[in-house]
Amino acid sequence: MSLKLKALCKSPWIFHVNTGACNNCDIELVDALTPRFDVERFGILLVGSIRHADALVVTGGVTRQAAPRLKRLYEQAPKPRLVIACGSCACSKGIFHDGYHMAGPVDQIVPVDIYIPGCPPKPEAIIDGVVKLLKKVA
Amino acid sequence: MSPLWMAFLILVFPGFAFTFAFAMAFAWIDRKVTARVQWRVGPPFLQPIYDFVKLLGKEVIVPLGGAKVLFLLAPLLGLSAATLASTLVWQANLWPRPGRGFVGDLIVAVYLLTIPSLSVILGGFASNNRVASLGSSREMKMILSYELPFIVALIVPIVNAGGSIRLGEILLGQSAVSHPSGILAFIAAILCMQAKLGLVPFDAAEAETELMSGPFVEYSGAPLAAIRLTRSMMLFVMPVFLITVFWGGITTEGGVLSVIVGSLKVLLLLVIVILLRNTSPRIRIDQAIRFFWGPFVTGMAVLAVVLSLLGA
Repeated sequence: MSLKLKALCKSPWIFHVNTGACNNCDIELVDALTPRFDVERFGILLVGSIRHADALVVTGGVTRQAAPRLKRLYEQAPKPRLVIACGSCACSKGIFHDGYHMAGPVDQIVPVDIYIPGCPPKPEAIIDGVVKLLKKVA
Repeated sequence: MSPLWMAFLILVFPGFAFTFAFAMAFAWIDRKVTARVQWRVGPPFLQPIYDFVKLLGKEVIVPLGGAKVLFLLAPLLGLSAATLASTLVWQANLWPRPGRGFVGDLIVAVYLLTIPSLSVILGGFASNNRVASLGSSREMKMILSYELPFIVALIVPIVNAGGSIRLGEILLGQSAVSHPSGILAFIAAILCMQAKLGLVPFDAAEAETELMSGPFVEYSGAPLAAIRLTRSMMLFVMPVFLITVFWGGITTEGGVLSVIVGSLKVLLLLVIVILLRNTSPRIRIDQAIRFFWGPFVTGMAVLAVVLSLLGA
């Protein structure tokens, strides 16, 4: 494994993208970042600028409004970058499956590295998914 | 002094390598104490190194329409200024003799400690991003507000050391905190240090919640690593500079014991900075200017200068 990827797995900084979620996944994601779970132990930080990010955490099925913006955000993130689809809607459009406003699940817009299902996924499930992703990359 | 010895001083011992190691350790202490204040466990000891290596391996993106050369050079400017400031301050601490250094090295150190903030402004304006420009403009106002009381406070140890502007003589001729004037000036300088480091409550320039990260918003990869390293270095250099000027510094004269006492002084200042940062809300930029130019900071520093001229 290269040093670059090893260091990346030791300090993945995440950027939160909401592409039309009902806010439930967002609340659970923010819950996963609270002192109770203390993800800074693994070097995970929430960053405000996409240029600092290593992983995009996408919540919500992608609406037509959000699709070009998600694509642009993905292109703005510096390589190497990871995409985490968080929640049932991000993985498979969920209950919005037949919605007229949907551009598709996240993996039809940008390549996805790991899927975390659940409506919403528990904070433990989100942390478990990120750990599995880092093991896969490493 | 031969050029080779000079290069060794700047690049290895009191300069880059030494400052790098301590900057990483101080960055870890900052994050760990913050975590303990928030009742968490906090990151492992090598976390700042992991972050640094990771950022070196990331892609460097230059924003469209930005001033490419300035954008990439600004972080290096800040990094080299912080390295030189550290070399200068440590030289005075390690070999404190009246003849050491040169006349006015205190003034050079003050200039070098301002350059990292200037490089932040340059980088922010060069990145062609409105959020970064807003952050840079706030950083400019911040420099205007804290430099005045900082320099007024630095007059006190100069007066107490008999008018010398050499770091080595100030270090030998004083312990400024033994006078009331020295204590007042020290408190004013600690408040200015908090603003110089860009930490809460004076972090309006990079306010994460409104400006994401202000002037750094477009930086990625190696330049971002240089910026973060500069900030960690300043977190190490500023407390050392303040105890050098106000509190007797870290001398090797009295053997191991005096080095330990000196290190404890630096750690005490660091913990004050971290606790201030964790227990205050952010203040607006106009409030910051009013605070620094008002009676509490500038007034206190002027009072300290008057007291020191009267011999107290």
